[in-house]
Amino acid sequence: MATKILERKPLTLAERTYLPQIAAGLWVTFRKMFGRRVTLEYPEQKPPIPRGYRGVPTLVKDPNGREKCVSCQLCEFVCPPKAIRITPGEIPADSATAHVEKAPKDFELNMLRCIYCGLCEEACPERAIVLQNVYSLNAATREEVVLHKDKLYELGGTLPDKIMKWDKKKAAADKAAGGHH
Amino acid sequence: MAENADKLISVFIDGIEVKVLPGTNMIEAARKAGVQIPHYCYHRHLSVAGNCRMCLVEMGTPAFDRVTKAPVMGPDGKQVIQWMPKPVIACATNATPGLHIRTTTKLVKDCREGVEEFLLVNHPLDCPICDQAGECHLQEYAHQYGRGYSRYVEEKNVKPKRKMIGPRVILDNERCILCGRCVRFCKEIAKDEVLGFTERGSHSSIDCFPGKTLSNNYSVNVVDICPVGALTSVDFRFKMRTWFLKETPSISTESSVGVNTTIWSREGTIYRITPRRNEAVNDSWMSDTARDLYKAVAAENRTSAYAIEGRPVKSDEALKALAALLKASKGVALIASAFSSVEEQWLLKKLAQAIPAAKKLVYVAPHYAEGDGLLISADRTPNLRGALVTGLIKGLAQTDMSSLKAAVDAGEVDTVLSVNESVTSAGLGIEDLKKIKYVSLGTHFYQTSQYAAIEIPLLTVFEREGSFVNQQWRLQKFAKAVPGPAGVLADADFFAALLAAMGSPATRGGGLAAVWAALSAEVAPLKDQSYAKIPAEGVVIDGSAFANEKFREGKTLHYAPANA
Repeated sequence: MATKILERKPLTLAERTYLPQIAAGLWVTFRKMFGRRVTLEYPEQKPPIPRGYRGVPTLVKDPNGREKCVSCQLCEFVCPPKAIRITPGEIPADSATAHVEKAPKDFELNMLRCIYCGLCEEACPERAIVLQNVYSLNAATREEVVLHKDKLYELGGTLPDKIMKWDKKKAAADKAAGGHH
Repeated sequence: MAENADKLISVFIDGIEVKVLPGTNMIEAARKAGVQIPHYCYHRHLSVAGNCRMCLVEMGTPAFDRVTKAPVMGPDGKQVIQWMPKPVIACATNATPGLHIRTTTKLVKDCREGVEEFLLVNHPLDCPICDQAGECHLQEYAHQYGRGYSRYVEEKNVKPKRKMIGPRVILDNERCILCGRCVRFCKEIAKDEVLGFTERGSHSSIDCFPGKTLSNNYSVNVVDICPVGALTSVDFRFKMRTWFLKETPSISTESSVGVNTTIWSREGTIYRITPRRNEAVNDSWMSDTARDLYKAVAAENRTSAYAIEGRPVKSDEALKALAALLKASKGVALIASAFSSVEEQWLLKKLAQAIPAAKKLVYVAPHYAEGDGLLISADRTPNLRGALVTGLIKGLAQTDMSSLKAAVDAGEVDTVLSVNESVTSAGLGIEDLKKIKYVSLGTHFYQTSQYAAIEIPLLTVFEREGSFVNQQWRLQKFAKAVPGPAGVLADADFFAALLAAMGSPATRGGGLAAVWAALSAEVAPLKDQSYAKIPAEGVVIDGSAFANEKFREGKTLHYAPANA
């Protein structure tokens, strides 16, 4: 392919001194001093987080304080960077939530690996893992950003639950406790 | 099958002709034609119950004139097929000449969808907390024939969940689809009638008979055959989802039956062992005790380091020390193991030949106990016949170790090597061990290991590959499921390296391929065999040279002693 060489116009004297350009730039700066502010004084000021924002994945509890995760490991399966590692466990038979049977013994979320894709939230059949509005996660060591169950529940808090399927199950079981005859 | 070739008849599955033996049920015939007929209650090793109704298909037979018995031909010149107006269950429909079935018609599809919908009516949908998820027939068929939503608006039945029906099995009655496989297994295979149906209608459920529990040694098989998650294993409960697990074919070391198994592991951790189907050995079953064998891998007394006089060393240092010890010994006793593979036993034979000592004793430690007549034989080692075939021992007389103590007392033997065996079973006490050089090669520490001059860690059956010869002289191979402890050589590699250090390299190059190249050339029954060539179901080798040996096994599932 033939190469076309373009002729550049030589700079004028005014351009070579750079002074008009500097003055024009300073004029823009001066004008903006009286206009509307467009930046935030982070970290003193925090930006509003829009709905559906994909922050750090967190574990949430239902309004009764029951941990919603049942350690089905679907998030672990779907996670593209393999950031999630769950150790499943059994809820003891004398617990108030014994009817749920299964809960994570440990839930490890490696935030060094997480890519905030939200597939874990999409895969979760219990709506237990939710990417909420935590966007700033920093620490002095790598271990600190490998989040475990307690930290994930602390970040997640409680979210409303319209379905409360496990409560319904328990209610049905209590109702049937007298026998069906 | 070849001897029955003249008895084969033609049946037609969706127009595909397959030749089967008369009486073959249509699920198996369809399997042969590559057509899958969904089913829950049918199991190839149990009797036909026909209660799940999932395998409904359309059936037709060739038409014959009622009077003349002549075939009725259609206008296309082919015999007319008389299709039945109603569907039949494929599991209880046996092949007859010219039988036709259709599995893809609208009627069949409607049947399957109807059955699936009714099964899901009272199903709790606990897939997220159900161990069966991922290998659940109900899940699979719901994908294929389910409607994706429920039309059922009434309250679902509530039944007992998390109910221990035995020490190793948990029952969740809500998930049960009442196929009755477990009931039939207990009655027909385990011969321990424990389970039965109680209640009526949609309240029907599985339960133990009053005062009984499902505690026989084959109880976990009901977990394997349960098509849904109603019966789950206590040991595997909530340990890992099945889709994370890697399946490795293996052989159980519990007894000389050589039960075919699958090892389920993830990232070097074994989570469970299940039976692998082998119609000539164990059908689809295995004992509960054999399922626990994986726990030996992470046992507390597991060996993982080479040591000389208790001082940890690298493998090559231990190897050199052992070679030097064997070269310098006046008399050596080798207590070999029937837990070693064929390859390892052959290398040990070579090792015994290479030892220059004047007095050489070779034993294979016996492990006998009572057999259960099903899948545990009286010989509790997987590979005693391997020791005979490879020539490690000349006959079963060498399983009698009583001469060892006398030889040690007489000072004829100054070095004892034991491979995966405790020397106490050979009659040697701690005082004896102090007199001699004792080399302990083993996967685990024994009480006497602390008196060992050299300790060599070995790998468990899950961490190495090799082959065993079971009581039927069936050569079967096992593969490596998980890696062994860091720095520990596989048994065969260690023995081959030891042979090379002794100046008698029996194999060139590494790995089992090299061992087999030399082994198959030398051992007549294993001629032309190799590790890679052994088929998944094993291959029967010629054991006639040992027909006069008195093997202790009694009758088991697919084995009857020759001299009985």
